[in-house]
Amino acid sequence: MDISRRAFIKSAAVQSAAAAAAVLFPGISFGAWKSLDPSSGSIEWKKTPCRFCGTGCGLLVGVSGDRAVAVKGDPNCSVNKGLCCVKGYHSVQILYGKDRVTKALIRKNGKLVEASMQEALDLVAAKMKETIKSHGKDAVAIYGSGQWSIADGYAASKLFKGCIGTNNVEANARLCMASAVTGFLTSFGLDEPMGCYDDIDHADVFVTWGNNMAEMHPVLFSRMLANRQSKSHVKIIDFATRTTRTSQAADKSIIFRPQTDLAVANAICYEIIRNKWVNWDFVKKHVSFHKGKTNIGYGTQDHFKFTDKAETVDFEAYKAFLEDYTPENVEKISGVSARDIKYMASLYGDPDKKVTSFWCMGMNQHTRGTWINNLVYNIHLLVGKISAPGNSPFSLTGQPSACGTVREVGTLTHKLPHGVVMNEGARKLAAKIWQVPVENIDPKPTYHTVEMFRALDRGDIRFMWIQVTNPMVTMPNLRRYRNGAQKDGRFIVVSEIYPTPTYDVADVVLPSALWIEREGFFGNSERRTQHNGQIIPTPGDTMCNTWQLIEVARRLGYEKQFPWRRETYIEDIWNEYIQFHDSPKHRMAPYKELTVRSGIQWPYVNGLETKWRYNAKYDPAAKGGGFDFYGKPDRKAWIWLRPYEPAAESPDSEYPFWLNTGRVLEHWHTGSMTRRVPILHKAVPESYVEINPEDAAALGITHGSNVKISSRRGAMVMKASINGRGQPPKGMVFVPFFDENYLINEVTLDAFCPISKQPDYKKCAVKLERA
Amino acid sequence: MPVFSYLAYPVQGGKGELLDDLAALDYCEVTPAENEEVLILVTDTPNEKKEQELQKKLKQLKSLRSLGMTFGHTDE
Repeated sequence: MDISRRAFIKSAAVQSAAAAAAVLFPGISFGAWKSLDPSSGSIEWKKTPCRFCGTGCGLLVGVSGDRAVAVKGDPNCSVNKGLCCVKGYHSVQILYGKDRVTKALIRKNGKLVEASMQEALDLVAAKMKETIKSHGKDAVAIYGSGQWSIADGYAASKLFKGCIGTNNVEANARLCMASAVTGFLTSFGLDEPMGCYDDIDHADVFVTWGNNMAEMHPVLFSRMLANRQSKSHVKIIDFATRTTRTSQAADKSIIFRPQTDLAVANAICYEIIRNKWVNWDFVKKHVSFHKGKTNIGYGTQDHFKFTDKAETVDFEAYKAFLEDYTPENVEKISGVSARDIKYMASLYGDPDKKVTSFWCMGMNQHTRGTWINNLVYNIHLLVGKISAPGNSPFSLTGQPSACGTVREVGTLTHKLPHGVVMNEGARKLAAKIWQVPVENIDPKPTYHTVEMFRALDRGDIRFMWIQVTNPMVTMPNLRRYRNGAQKDGRFIVVSEIYPTPTYDVADVVLPSALWIEREGFFGNSERRTQHNGQIIPTPGDTMCNTWQLIEVARRLGYEKQFPWRRETYIEDIWNEYIQFHDSPKHRMAPYKELTVRSGIQWPYVNGLETKWRYNAKYDPAAKGGGFDFYGKPDRKAWIWLRPYEPAAESPDSEYPFWLNTGRVLEHWHTGSMTRRVPILHKAVPESYVEINPEDAAALGITHGSNVKISSRRGAMVMKASINGRGQPPKGMVFVPFFDENYLINEVTLDAFCPISKQPDYKKCAVKLERA
Repeated sequence: MPVFSYLAYPVQGGKGELLDDLAALDYCEVTPAENEEVLILVTDTPNEKKEQELQKKLKQLKSLRSLGMTFGHTDE
């Protein structure tokens, strides 16, 4: 049978509709739909993870000749079991935008002009050498991404930390996942979730904490709906600051005032203790209690420093701390009724219910992000609902390899692929594997992301290489950092696939190979490593980001550390990298197995994946017969006494509204790819500001009319959306950040969690005017 | 040559009528759900002019309550 490309497009159209229907109507059947025969010789199907969110859906990409022409969900991938979201189904179209960058560009006389890759790479290496000679090793930096493939991040870390000797390595996952990391480290001593997506099939209750899963993780959300459809007792509680599609599908929507999730989480624990729902058998064996510093600041000034200090306390001290958080007291702070707080506590406290909590940016982009992560763990630990099927506090990831690359490879200033730069043993291990003198690895971290861009503005950093991310759209308080990047004496290298506002500030643009145009690995939210082969050829002069780093490393004289051949370098890097994780706590799967399977979860021990960590029934690293929280020296999970503290900036008489920013289903982050897919662009062609209907009426603002949003840092005029897909409560507005024509981050505040250093994009004060 | 897919929702009790109406239109392929009040509609028009004409005809269908787009492809 000869099947045309058009027939396959129509097949993809049908599959997309069927998938959407399956989300809305679990169990729906289309008996008359005869799928096209995938065994046709004209299309070859190849597996890859999706390159958008952190869910890690498995895709099958249909290739005809040298072109990717169709996408369907991979039925062999346990993550999505053949389902995709609208971005996944359109994902191959991101490869074929008309303005794809396929040639290197060098800025000459103020204009970017085409150049050969050789000339561009020579210039990058020369500028790095010159900057290091004139200003020192800490004047050069690399800023990467949770969309970096694992080999990209590994090569960057090895070059900058191991060879050049600077810890100026950061990635945009600092903006989305850093609080999750510090939450895990402070509560459990090791990063990444203890559970897995199978929890969705086992839980009786789901609580989404500031997490619009229906739009941000739609495939996982559909699994949740399917569970509820099949079991009548399953409940979904949406606990959020605005009404979204998730709220609409939930059994109960509870709205809280921004930042007061801290108080509500403590009130839930208060109620659990008051009602004697504590699982004492679990708590006595597996939990210890600790308090840290309070009034810890917000990081809005340059050179801000903070180090927490843990003090061990006992249960009675914890109980006394919670006395301030009675449901009645917290109702006044949060706007959540005492009755609803008690209801949430009763769900967590019921010994017969398995509870899974989900969160993502709402808890992580928070000036007390580490604290709120700790507090949700506290709830699960008090009732012993953790590390077992269906009982799971689950931090979802935003990007496809925020876990795999940034968190596991350790592309943050303080991290190494195993351990932290401050630890001598970790430096020795890295030096041995990297074949560099241990003295090369600096024991002091330098700059986290916000401080790195402040250093660029100040002139402490003079050279920055930006790969796979678009900080000139995403940095909070953006104007300062864009002006900084454009100052004299700065040299910016951007590895990109399309023109963006970050490309606009570049001195050199290196054209990057995208996703399935090169071999690579991602690591998703549930500790699953996923491999893709090179499925189609690279267009023009585009080059894999890893190979760009290798070319520059060799020009800097590090041939010994970067010896790999073009044919096998991804496999060679994988084999080198996994030496860092060679223990039952984090062993990674071998290369060959990853190439044939749709992802494998770590720890991978004796040929078996680990689905639930810290539980000896499932985890070979856990000792004894039950739970073993082996990440901490006392082999216990830590409950933290973390108070409610207000946001860095709250509405006042001059700026009376909260500004909350985020994403929409159809667009990926800054829209540089999805806005080039005609149908996704057509679905949501421009950004907008969601306003509560009562606020809009009071201000005389109508749907579609122009509104000026101003903060102490900047202003933006955009169209109002009233009664759209999301609705903020009175006193709040919401703006999606995907549209580079409306740089809402010129309005946001660069305050961050002092522990994780992750900025809070969800809370600052603004005023609204008709425009 | 645009290709789109939609979930088509009939007015109450009008699934059969909507199936007939959509099947009668040029450039439309329709697949009804067996167990829910919804249909999959795939449109495959030869050019933008025909696409706009079809959109007008769809809007005039009395058996159609709403359309939710799920996929789109153009040869732009």
